[in-house]
Amino acid sequence: MTYVRDVAALARKDLLLELRARDTLPAMLLFVVATFVVFHFAVGDSPSRLAANGLLWVAILFTALLGLGRAFVPEREQRVLDGLVLAPCDRSAIWLGKSLATLAFLAAAEVVALPVFALFFHPLRGSTVLGVALADLGICAVGTFLGAMAVATRARELLLPLLFLPLAIPIVVGGVGASVVASPGRYLAFLALYDALFAVLCWATFEYVVTE
Amino acid sequence: MRPPGSSAGKRQGPATITAVGRSYRIPLPALAVLSLVGISTALALVFFVAPNDADQGFSQRIFYFHVSIAFTAYACFIGAAWKAFRHLTTRDPNADLESYVAVHQGVVFGVLVLLTGSIWAKISWGHWWLWSEDQLVLFLVLFLFYCAYFMLRFSVEPGPQRANMSAVYALFGVVLIPVSFLAIRLAKGLIHPVVFTRHGPNFHGWILLTYCVAQAALLVFAYTLYRLELSGKRIDSRLRELREVLA
Repeated sequence: MTYVRDVAALARKDLLLELRARDTLPAMLLFVVATFVVFHFAVGDSPSRLAANGLLWVAILFTALLGLGRAFVPEREQRVLDGLVLAPCDRSAIWLGKSLATLAFLAAAEVVALPVFALFFHPLRGSTVLGVALADLGICAVGTFLGAMAVATRARELLLPLLFLPLAIPIVVGGVGASVVASPGRYLAFLALYDALFAVLCWATFEYVVTE
Repeated sequence: MRPPGSSAGKRQGPATITAVGRSYRIPLPALAVLSLVGISTALALVFFVAPNDADQGFSQRIFYFHVSIAFTAYACFIGAAWKAFRHLTTRDPNADLESYVAVHQGVVFGVLVLLTGSIWAKISWGHWWLWSEDQLVLFLVLFLFYCAYFMLRFSVEPGPQRANMSAVYALFGVVLIPVSFLAIRLAKGLIHPVVFTRHGPNFHGWILLTYCVAQAALLVFAYTLYRLELSGKRIDSRLRELREVLA
């Protein structure tokens, strides 16, 4: 029970910080809409279903990267991470709390992005929304983990996309599959498998990333 | 390279030159001779003994090396993850460097997979790159992933945190291999149905023997390179320690 309370406290801290400073979510929203407009001019008036959904997934991935790149910046600037590591709580709670906070930002951005996508390109399918929800879990779990790694390096934010994109390829495959094919069950199951595997791996190994 | 604790005692006297790293049962020269003999035998078998493929003719012989190199690269990545796991669980002081060297060998062999696969694709199908070749696409993904490993490793100061982060990333690699393979198989279903049955060549007689010899030779060769790079890296770090003592 203390674990849940720790995680909730950490996630609440990030959400409160965002509510007061408002520097991540507006950027993500603007970015995703701007990306759709750029895509419109890149692919023309009537892209195929596959192309349009591919663009949606690329936009989601890059928007998530934008948010994930910011995730550990306050921790670094104020040297909060040292304090969190010293706190008498399980270290994986830091990862889980941060993942939940970034998940909230990403979901909020998508609440706007998906209707805009439907307006600009193709009507949405139920399986697309389900796929996005499942993919968000994987993106936030793996992305937050890699964000914590990247922030400890000299290259900082530069490194995060390099670490994240190869790991995100399966998410794109699952997501595009769930949005395009007639029977998306296989692709949704694959996304769920990805989430479960990597969430467990991140949860188990996060301690080693922040400690020596 | 090594945690500071392991060498702190040796810094007292500049004259104490201790053995570097762990000691192995098979000496490096013996391994070098073994891999030379193995690869020569494999080449002789591939070019003079193995029969021509009925379907693809002479060019199919690259398969013996292409597949063996791919398997060797997987072995390197799995070995790297095993060493990474050892580092995280037992704090084995040698494991970090061993894991890094194994990843390095894996990437070298991975590039060879991409090259031999490209050549085979060009001769068989007339294109240097085919997205329908699962193995090639998987190695491209792994190549990107493990290149980022080097970016990560060389962007952090040497020390326990770098060792930890490298180890965790190497562990991610072995989970990514099957997940990516599944993803690539699924991605083909987006364009046309996945065909799980492939017309595999019948493995028997000389074909099987040639493949096994090539595979064994390449594994020994990879291990030799691994040991060679490892001893070089260890001498490097030892030399740096001695210079620090003398400075």
